[in-house]
Amino acid sequence: MSSLTIRNLRKSFGSVEVLKGINIEARTGEFIALVGPSGCGKSTLLAMIAGLETVTEGEIRIGDRLVNSVAPKDRDIAMVFQSYALYPTMTVRENITFGMESRGVPKPQREEAVKRVAALLQIEPLLGRKPGQLSGGQRQRVAMGRALVRDPKLFLFDEPLSNLDAKLRVDMRTEIKKLHHRVGKTTVYVTHDQVEAMTLASRIAVMHQGQVQQFDEPQAVYDRPANMFVAGFMGSPAMNFIPAKLTTGPDGKPAVSFKATGGTAVLSLQDGISPGAAGRDVILGVRPEHIFRYSPELKAAKKSIASIDAPVEMVEPTGAETIGLMRFGDLEVTGRFDPDEAPRMGETITLGIDMSHACLFDPTTRNLI
Amino acid sequence: MSTTAADAARVPGPASPGPSWRERLTRIAPILVLAPSLAASFIYVFVFTIWTLYISLSNSSLLPSYGFVGLDNYASLWSNRRWNIAYSNLFLFSAFYIVGAMAIGLLLAILIDQKVRGEAAWRTIFLYPLAVSFIVTGTVWSWLYNPVDGIQMLVRSLGWTNFNFALASDRNTAIYAIIITGIWQSSGFAMALFLAGLRSVDPDLVKAAQIDGASTFRTYRRVILPVIAPIFLAVAVVQIQFAIKTFDLVAALTRGGPGISTTFPAIYVYDLMFQRGQIGEGAAAAIMMLAALAVVLVPYSFFVVWRHRRESHHG
Repeated sequence: MSSLTIRNLRKSFGSVEVLKGINIEARTGEFIALVGPSGCGKSTLLAMIAGLETVTEGEIRIGDRLVNSVAPKDRDIAMVFQSYALYPTMTVRENITFGMESRGVPKPQREEAVKRVAALLQIEPLLGRKPGQLSGGQRQRVAMGRALVRDPKLFLFDEPLSNLDAKLRVDMRTEIKKLHHRVGKTTVYVTHDQVEAMTLASRIAVMHQGQVQQFDEPQAVYDRPANMFVAGFMGSPAMNFIPAKLTTGPDGKPAVSFKATGGTAVLSLQDGISPGAAGRDVILGVRPEHIFRYSPELKAAKKSIASIDAPVEMVEPTGAETIGLMRFGDLEVTGRFDPDEAPRMGETITLGIDMSHACLFDPTTRNLI
Repeated sequence: MSTTAADAARVPGPASPGPSWRERLTRIAPILVLAPSLAASFIYVFVFTIWTLYISLSNSSLLPSYGFVGLDNYASLWSNRRWNIAYSNLFLFSAFYIVGAMAIGLLLAILIDQKVRGEAAWRTIFLYPLAVSFIVTGTVWSWLYNPVDGIQMLVRSLGWTNFNFALASDRNTAIYAIIITGIWQSSGFAMALFLAGLRSVDPDLVKAAQIDGASTFRTYRRVILPVIAPIFLAVAVVQIQFAIKTFDLVAALTRGGPGISTTFPAIYVYDLMFQRGQIGEGAAAAIMMLAALAVVLVPYSFFVVWRHRRESHHG
């Protein structure tokens, strides 16, 4: 059963089309992340689900009900805003009960609901305060409390963590995940942070230029990105793109060849990939974590590892890992190394590349082959 | 180390002979520029207020003189029926004028805030009366109120021959004519301030209220208007000082009449000082106007200080 269905949804502001046929379906209890760079239309999509923006074309269903022209208050949704949008002149308690008050819920019932939510979010001591007297994290909790108290069919989050500092953001992220686990409501979560999307979502919709580029489970989006945009957007440091040609390897299997420092490199492809005729131009996509220091033991353990020599141009230690920039002909390629076996600047290193995780893209359509 | 630094500061090297005259000029320029206006406002506000206070306690008549007579001038002022009418007119006018202008200004601002088409045009139309001086407003509205060639005449010429509209010529209603004109003049000003306030409200608040199921009326009453409450106070304070020094509007519209029904304190002061040669009693009346203003402004400034302290206290 699905609790949110979006079919062929379009939105235009004047002659500018910001959403170009969106199709998303969320099963009950699912956590959907809408992720994409600024201006990709994700916030507009969320506002349309909430009923704050009109639908130009297509349909939005919540549960089984078509809600295209239903007022926001009648859609049975709750929303957490990026700015939190707490009513500044009301206390935390009044903020949380304002919705029920507007709907004419009797007072004892309201009190009970506040108690329940305050206990859930551990904000009981804050109930008498005004938003101006709260810290960022506390405001965030109150904003979630205001959404939770309604017990709606659908939760909408509009970049709720982007105003918090880095540490608090990670804490709140965990808390949102726990909360979702406990409450089990269908949630649509807008973010531009791919880590947030990966950690929270049960499925991710990657958006770009008003279209859903890929809608799949986080690991699938990460491992098998549908196109080069998704591949480049998800993951940090970003995936390496190496222009290459299809060829036949020394063992007679399909392989890719490209110009590396000091000659042409030929890397065998994984079994089962049939990318097409030899001589075809492709783009080889390799994530930085699949580039590492080569050793014969690794090769013995995993047959899919290919090796290549490259000079190291730059090394960036981050503590947990060290990022290395290597030169492949005209290209710079990023690899992630264990700090213990990190290369030194200027060294020429023999790299291992795990081809079982490599992706091939068509250079003209930029789609996954 | 600190002694070396201090020594170096005390004995400037030949290359840097202290702050240059340019730096010195930068430092004293603000003081130089502000000094004349500071001196002027000090003299005109404080010195003359104190001087007026003193004159009000003296036996000055046509020219200031300094024989001390205590509160005689005040006694004679308050025993005068015309002054009593003027003073109660002031409160009546202020109350209706401020509340009326704010109510209409707020209503216009809310209507314009509904994303109406041609917003700039509406804003200009409503703000325009403010650009007209009170004298012009008063003169134009005195024609409109005039039974012989104003609104009454217009409606009668359209066929309603029994139509009566003589607000300004009846001693019981003339004050309302002035109130209506004052509201017409300054509700645009209130509207401009309210509109700026409404525009500064976080649009997410309105969206949140929409999702919370609040009606438009409820959203304004519970969410938006409380947020812009400080603007109400600002508008009220500006209107109050307009109201208390009302002179030109009345002078042009009714000249204090019919009879003495629309006399205002400012007009009364002018009469006493420059028409009747009773400077002492005029000064006493002026001090009473100041007192009326202080009744409002002193608590307000205490409130502002208090709020400021409370906010800085919470960081």
